[in-house]
Amino acid sequence: MALPSAATAPGADPAAALRRALARSGRREQLRAAALVLPLFLFLLATFIVPIGWMLGLAIFDREVGTIMPRVTAELARWDGRELPPDPAYAALIEDVRAAREAGTLASAATRLNYDVAGFRSLLFATGRRIDGELTGSPREILGAIDPKWNDRETWAVIRRAAGPVTDFYLLAALDLRRDASDAITAAMPEQSVFRNVLGRTLWISGVVTLVCLLLGYPVAYFIARQPPGRAAVLLFLVLLPFWTSLLVRTVAWVVLLQREGILNNLFLSLGLVAEPVRMIFNRFAVYVAMVHVLLPFMVLPLYAVMKGISPTYLRAASSLGAAPLTAFRRVYMPQTLPGVGAGCLMVFIQALGYYITPALVGGADDQMISYFIAFYASKTVNWGMAAALSIMLLAATLALYAVYDRMVGIDKMRLG
Amino acid sequence: MKTQSFKLVALAAASIVLATGAAARDLAVVSWGGAYQDAQREVYFKPFMATGVKMVEESWDGGVGTLRTKIKGGNNNWDVVQVESDELLIGCEEGLYEKLDWAKLGGKDKYLADAVNDCGVGAIVYSFVLAYDGDKIKGDTPKNWADFFNLQKWPGKRALRKGPKTTLEIALLADGVAPKDVYKTLGTDAGVERAFKKLDQIKGSVVWWEKGAQPPQLLASGEVVMTDAYNGRIATANDKDKKNFKIAWTNNLYTIDSWVIMKGTPNKADAEKYLVFVNDPQNQKNLPSKITYGVTAKAATALIDPKVLPELATAPQNIAAALYINDKFWLENLDKLNQRFNAWVAK
Repeated sequence: MALPSAATAPGADPAAALRRALARSGRREQLRAAALVLPLFLFLLATFIVPIGWMLGLAIFDREVGTIMPRVTAELARWDGRELPPDPAYAALIEDVRAAREAGTLASAATRLNYDVAGFRSLLFATGRRIDGELTGSPREILGAIDPKWNDRETWAVIRRAAGPVTDFYLLAALDLRRDASDAITAAMPEQSVFRNVLGRTLWISGVVTLVCLLLGYPVAYFIARQPPGRAAVLLFLVLLPFWTSLLVRTVAWVVLLQREGILNNLFLSLGLVAEPVRMIFNRFAVYVAMVHVLLPFMVLPLYAVMKGISPTYLRAASSLGAAPLTAFRRVYMPQTLPGVGAGCLMVFIQALGYYITPALVGGADDQMISYFIAFYASKTVNWGMAAALSIMLLAATLALYAVYDRMVGIDKMRLG
Repeated sequence: MKTQSFKLVALAAASIVLATGAAARDLAVVSWGGAYQDAQREVYFKPFMATGVKMVEESWDGGVGTLRTKIKGGNNNWDVVQVESDELLIGCEEGLYEKLDWAKLGGKDKYLADAVNDCGVGAIVYSFVLAYDGDKIKGDTPKNWADFFNLQKWPGKRALRKGPKTTLEIALLADGVAPKDVYKTLGTDAGVERAFKKLDQIKGSVVWWEKGAQPPQLLASGEVVMTDAYNGRIATANDKDKKNFKIAWTNNLYTIDSWVIMKGTPNKADAEKYLVFVNDPQNQKNLPSKITYGVTAKAATALIDPKVLPELATAPQNIAAALYINDKFWLENLDKLNQRFNAWVAK
């Protein structure tokens, strides 16, 4: 903590010295504040940022094949990709497969390569079984005799693409793109394209849910905000009530209500409103209903908080100046509620983007959102790279949305109460 | 001092582990738990222990990774494990299991052909079947997968298992492909195309299920008029919930769970004794009365309670036109066909 000599030098500007002293104490203040948030920061780092970063990294890092088959990937790195690879690559592959088979690691390399080309798994295992057999000749002849696929440039290109240490395979796949044999990026086959469609659907469902929440939540919040405090508290309690019930229970309750021989259909039938049970479950309608139900409080609460802060005198003033009730509401009241509208919409929309359980339980096959596919790859097919790539898409969509909101409305204008 | 005592404890613990590892342990048999293992206990485990071999039972939830860890970790404590067909295939490829000595097991001819594998012997046989509610569809009932796709005659929703496995086979069977040609057809692009085209016919009427418990619920709630389902689940619903669900067995898709012996087990001799015991038709015949699974020794079929037999995948009339689910095909093609299926569903 040596003081800068200039500060004490005779003849120095006293104002500058004061500024420096001020800056110094400001820095100390900042350090103390930083020390106070440090534990929380470290906690977040250890439990949130690092694991999520690691998980997302799985979409990019691709070390499996490179580690398990080091010789052939090194050989293929030198290959120009135009003709079949040179002889040393064939010899290296034989050695790698033999070593991997002994170490029992061939399966994980085979799984990774099979993601790219169906049939690669059995190609590697059949090769592993037969390289030590009765076949003789050069490595190229041996492999060609085991399977003619080894005489195909594409087979080797697949290994090279998977050599790592980084890959764009998963990220491209998440955008319905792929690399062809000559390493150029092309669109995936139409019958293999899923994810753009899914991302669009995710945004669409979230948008509709947000809009419906706003249309339903705005009058409710307005009504509660104008009640005397005692009654408002009771009404708010009712809005909050669903929060204390598990999401799963609330969703399954909708199944009971909406199913073919469920409560609603029985009611309609007995009232003679319909002749046949109406189909209300395992479709988009059910997804909208259940998601709006779950997310509505997140719209009502910020709206209520903002509306509570708007003095009724404004409306009275507008009326006394001759505005009709609707004009007064539209031109004086509503603009003041916009920060609440922004906050509510952003909260509902961003939560809706990540919805998984509700569409899975009440939706049909074409109502599943992107989280469903993340779970599908993470837990069903155990393809972590693909799960991570889709997670990146979801995160990017959320951040982009946040940025757009910030640009258009300004995040500092958002008020949660 | 503290570290000192910690080291001592660690040393003691390590020596205990080493000691128990080295000592001969009882034969460990691992199965799927639940009602199934309860049945196995009565039919296999207890009578087998009465022959004088000491054994302990455990249960697991499947996953070839579990077995891989045991073998690679070097302290495998399981000897005989019941595995599903894909675990049999992958584990055998990776060398996790002992190769079986079929002469000791009475020769391959003693068993259903699909129950015989280098590394495993079939334990139970069960099927994906067409099921419907007999209280709701009367008179003219669906007989086969083509009827499953007939929306004119039997209007209403159908349920299918979500995913390409079993669904594409069913589509081809419904389109008139013979069971023996299904995988040959599905191995070609045109065949895959044909399957999806067939599925297009009922796409708007399909409810997709993911858990085996769902099909009976969907039938019971009237949500669907027909579904594919595990035959055991349908039998249980009839038995426990007094439902009147019916099964059309024509072209059912069956699969087999197998017993394997873990690689390098010190109890190999006892493990083989166990396999001989559970493959004795006289012992196998008792299992179906406790739980609705078919068994794999050919001679057992004639010995099974005739009241139970028609509910089993192995009944002669049920297995006659059945299709054995080809795990090798799916191991190769599941990634691509999953993607294709997801894209088709989302269209």
